[in-house]
Amino acid sequence: MKILAFAEQREGKFKKSAFEVTQAAKKLGGQLGMEVIAVVVGDSVSGIAGELGAYGAGRILTVQDPRLHFYSTTAYAKVIAEIARRENAGVILLPASQMGKDLAPRLGAKLNAGVAADCTALAVGGSDIVASRPIYAGKAMISVKVTSPVKIFTLRPNVFTASPVNGAASSVEACTVDLADADFSAKATSVKVAEGRPDVTEASIIVSGGRGMKGPEHFHLIETLADVLGGAVGASRAVVDAGWRPHDEQVGQTGKTVSPSLYLACGISGAVQHIAGMSSSKCIVAVNKDKDAPIFQIADYGIVGDVFEVLPALTAELKKTLGK
Amino acid sequence: MKIIVCINHVPDTEAKIKIGADGRTIDKAGINYMLSPYDEFAIEAALRLKEKFGGETLAISLGGDVHKETLRKALAMGVEKALLLKDDSPRDSDSIGRALAEEIKALAPDVVLFGKQSIDYSDELLPGLVAEHIGASSVTCVVKLDAQEKSFVCEREIEGGHEVVTAILPVVISTQKGLNEPRYPSLKGIMGAKSKPIEERQPKAFDSLVEVVAMSKPPAKQAGKIVGTDASAAAELVRLLHEEAKVI
Repeated sequence: MKILAFAEQREGKFKKSAFEVTQAAKKLGGQLGMEVIAVVVGDSVSGIAGELGAYGAGRILTVQDPRLHFYSTTAYAKVIAEIARRENAGVILLPASQMGKDLAPRLGAKLNAGVAADCTALAVGGSDIVASRPIYAGKAMISVKVTSPVKIFTLRPNVFTASPVNGAASSVEACTVDLADADFSAKATSVKVAEGRPDVTEASIIVSGGRGMKGPEHFHLIETLADVLGGAVGASRAVVDAGWRPHDEQVGQTGKTVSPSLYLACGISGAVQHIAGMSSSKCIVAVNKDKDAPIFQIADYGIVGDVFEVLPALTAELKKTLGK
Repeated sequence: MKIIVCINHVPDTEAKIKIGADGRTIDKAGINYMLSPYDEFAIEAALRLKEKFGGETLAISLGGDVHKETLRKALAMGVEKALLLKDDSPRDSDSIGRALAEEIKALAPDVVLFGKQSIDYSDELLPGLVAEHIGASSVTCVVKLDAQEKSFVCEREIEGGHEVVTAILPVVISTQKGLNEPRYPSLKGIMGAKSKPIEERQPKAFDSLVEVVAMSKPPAKQAGKIVGTDASAAAELVRLLHEEAKVI
């Protein structure tokens, strides 16, 4: 049996999740005695494919076609399902990214495979893979096992480790899959890139602001701090609903789920809907003038103080420490 | 245009979740339920498509009798017909997807709408499952929709931007916050919804492909360290983040 790792790339550059998924596959492969194959799909990807070797892919398969430059749910699903059948894959890992989450159910339906979605942990017990993740907005955890012969898992980005090992042996093979025009019934034709800061779901540091910022005109304090840290700007539901910030910055149950290494919550009380989206952050810092705010119950470090005084001081201190 | 919107009835966002005695499901006692918030964008999108192209709208929900409450909300907002696929037994997403697809395929719709995710399990699997089973194109996490007779041009949210996607009908769309402002049901709509019939059918059963091993409360987090009570604590906080937590 083989494990297939779908390594996501956009514009000829791997997403960090591609390395996380490959390395998670390598770990599972070691425990279950399964060969690891990474699959890269796109327009011009043979040049980057070899990068996956350092994360544990023994074989790397590329499928190149100019029509695959932009993502197509129908064509990408066909390509990966076809490779999975050819290779007799028993396990398929994808990132729980916008691409991976979109592909996984289509692959599940094509391969009669159960999907365990958005996993934050994978454990091997006997010959079973037990996948865990938060549900009900982080109010509960669920552990599942997939019982179909082919098993699909999507892994929450930023949770699984990706650390390269130099000198690992790997081979890159070019594959072809026949694609007809009908296979592109849904197809991206362009991407509008938001300029500036990283996206909250990909950032390793997020500085988030809530109601305590008292108005959109004060978010420059959040932005300046985020820029010193090279991080993303996040927002609570309250400030998005109030129109202070765009909804693509919203973190929480009705926004995005994030797992950065550092999450700074500024003027955010910590409503359960917000905590749902960020409780899997590795280190949480809260700045709030209300010492009873629920955010302090989940924060690793807190300053009970006025954001308008603390944030500028924090920015100045960070500049010193980071030498900026 | 034949438009179907699939909706779910979920514990409200304030609900306290307790694990049931079986250790595999939640204890439903005392929980208030609501229409899953993302489904409101899907209903609104369905109504706007009907306003633009004419045709018919149908809301479908799979679950127990309580799901009628959520179907009535869809009717109150302006959806014309409602179908309850009545089954209270636990099902995995694959089985729900197959049961929905079975019904939907027979109705041969042009458009099937879902909320981006149901906020209980949030696995975001149903739109893709249904699309594949009924042989439709699909666009998930849609924040902008330009609908034409034969194809839709959508913007879907991706990491750090938007992807512009052209999809040929029939199409399955999942809706993200920002796509539209869902309307409030009018008083007339609410009154009318009470007397509208909700069709009921037993959905087909399918073997589950994902088995729940256990459900538990998340591990309680240790309360953290209060570094200080004013701006003078900033230096110490930076030191801790740098030397102790090693995150900067």
